[in-house]
Amino acid sequence: MIELEHLSKVFDASSKNIKAVNDVSLKIEKGDVYGIIGLSGAGKSTLVRCINFLEKPTGGKVVFDGIDLGTLPHKELLKQRQKMSMIFQNFNLLSQRTALKNVCYPLEIIGTPKKEAQEKAKKLLDTVGLSDRIYSYPAQLSGGQKQRVAIARALATDPQVLLCDEATSALDPNTTRAILSLLKKINTEMGVTIIVITHEMKVVEQICNKVAVIENGKIVEQGYVKEIFMSPSSDIAKELILPKYENANKTLSQRILRIAFDGRSSVEPLIANLILECRVVVNIMGADMKDINGVAYGQMLLQLPEDDTAVNRIKAYLDKKDVKYEEV
Amino acid sequence: MIEALDNILGTGMTVMYLNSIATTVKITLTSTFLAYLIGFPLGIILYGTASESIFPNKYVNAVTGFIVNILRSIPFVILLVMTQPLASVIIGTRLGDNAFIFHLVIAAAPFVARMIESSLKEVDAGVIEAAQSMGSNNFQIITKVVIPEAKPSLIIGSAIAITTILGYTPMTYLIAGGGLGEMAVRYGLYKFDEQTMYISSILLIILVQILQETLNHIAKSSDKRIRNK
Repeated sequence: MIELEHLSKVFDASSKNIKAVNDVSLKIEKGDVYGIIGLSGAGKSTLVRCINFLEKPTGGKVVFDGIDLGTLPHKELLKQRQKMSMIFQNFNLLSQRTALKNVCYPLEIIGTPKKEAQEKAKKLLDTVGLSDRIYSYPAQLSGGQKQRVAIARALATDPQVLLCDEATSALDPNTTRAILSLLKKINTEMGVTIIVITHEMKVVEQICNKVAVIENGKIVEQGYVKEIFMSPSSDIAKELILPKYENANKTLSQRILRIAFDGRSSVEPLIANLILECRVVVNIMGADMKDINGVAYGQMLLQLPEDDTAVNRIKAYLDKKDVKYEEV
Repeated sequence: MIEALDNILGTGMTVMYLNSIATTVKITLTSTFLAYLIGFPLGIILYGTASESIFPNKYVNAVTGFIVNILRSIPFVILLVMTQPLASVIIGTRLGDNAFIFHLVIAAAPFVARMIESSLKEVDAGVIEAAQSMGSNNFQIITKVVIPEAKPSLIIGSAIAITTILGYTPMTYLIAGGGLGEMAVRYGLYKFDEQTMYISSILLIILVQILQETLNHIAKSSDKRIRNK
């Protein structure tokens, strides 16, 4: 659906070349909810703007549905953008237009008859759960409601892709969850491919199936969310995913085992069984369990007994249960 | 009615005041309208061709900005004298209200252009980016996004422009035009009739207040960013 090939964006800022996006290659398949996660300043917002050419890349290609966007004349590019909508952190609604007229805007610019546009806009506002606020102005709506209008507006041209640039970063946790489940619904029910730019792991956990981790403009890790969650390899991914127990590690000289759970092993009481079967005492230092797309993932840090044979029994038990672990 | 007022103001003065009001309103509105006709497109050019704007163009921006700045920095009285020959070519006369409107438009258009530019600059860049992401072309961004979003600010700008233009109208006494300002100058300066000077000045003040308050009210009531109305 979207392929980024060696994409780069260099900004000239007073003779210093800043590589905001540095040789990024990604493949986004139809139906994906693809997360791009990184700390602020990592280049993720520039990257997403390169996808729809709001920022013109300085190197590499964006291939959308088989078309190399870089080769298109400006007029054709504008047409392609209509198949690739975008929502923003600050909603960016037209403040002097009602919710309904905001949703009508993208239809107006492609010349849809007014009545038809309004009907479609009403339907979309109903889809996002705002049918009772269609004549409200943005100033009269809450943050979550504004983002719903923005989503309805983004869907007006029946896009194949929805680009979300920190779409939930200005919202509180409850509203974030509601907006994310709306996006998930749009993905599954309308078949819209979604690209999610975020700095929050919980956003990726809740809706993405694939994720790319970006640092200093480079993709340092990419793959399926559950795999990267199970065993993050890059430092930045570890920092974003792993719970922070560094302090605990320093103060304790004991051996610590990190156990990674996948959906299968967390159904049974693994730790309780481990204690009973191996006849050992372990101390749970910390745990971070998550529910991703209905299956639980997570990890746990166990403080091990000093006795080597007991440790070996534990490891043998975990091997038998096919649970991934590492001593840290 | 007129006779009763004449008893207070002096014989024939009431009609003179009324005519002067009409002349001032005519000069002000016509000049403002024409100044906007020229200044509005100039303002859009100044806004749109700026770097980081919608259709950046260094040269067009520099040239337009230069002309606007030059015209704005010439004091109005001097500009009025400088554009005398031009007025006789274009208007056919150097004297009277129409010639004065011509001078006023030349002086006000660059000012209006800067007012428009600054109002348009207030529009949130994010909203423009959103419109671009939806595939809007530049014309649509200007007409459907930037101008409607800037509308309240544009109206407030027009209140400032119209009162500034009104403030220039007394200069018309230099080229034998008419109006309240000219009346105040003529009676105050040459006829030592302070009563008439003060009355015409007060009428001018009232006119400014009416124009300003009306436009500010329209600006406020048209602004949808205000929550509780």
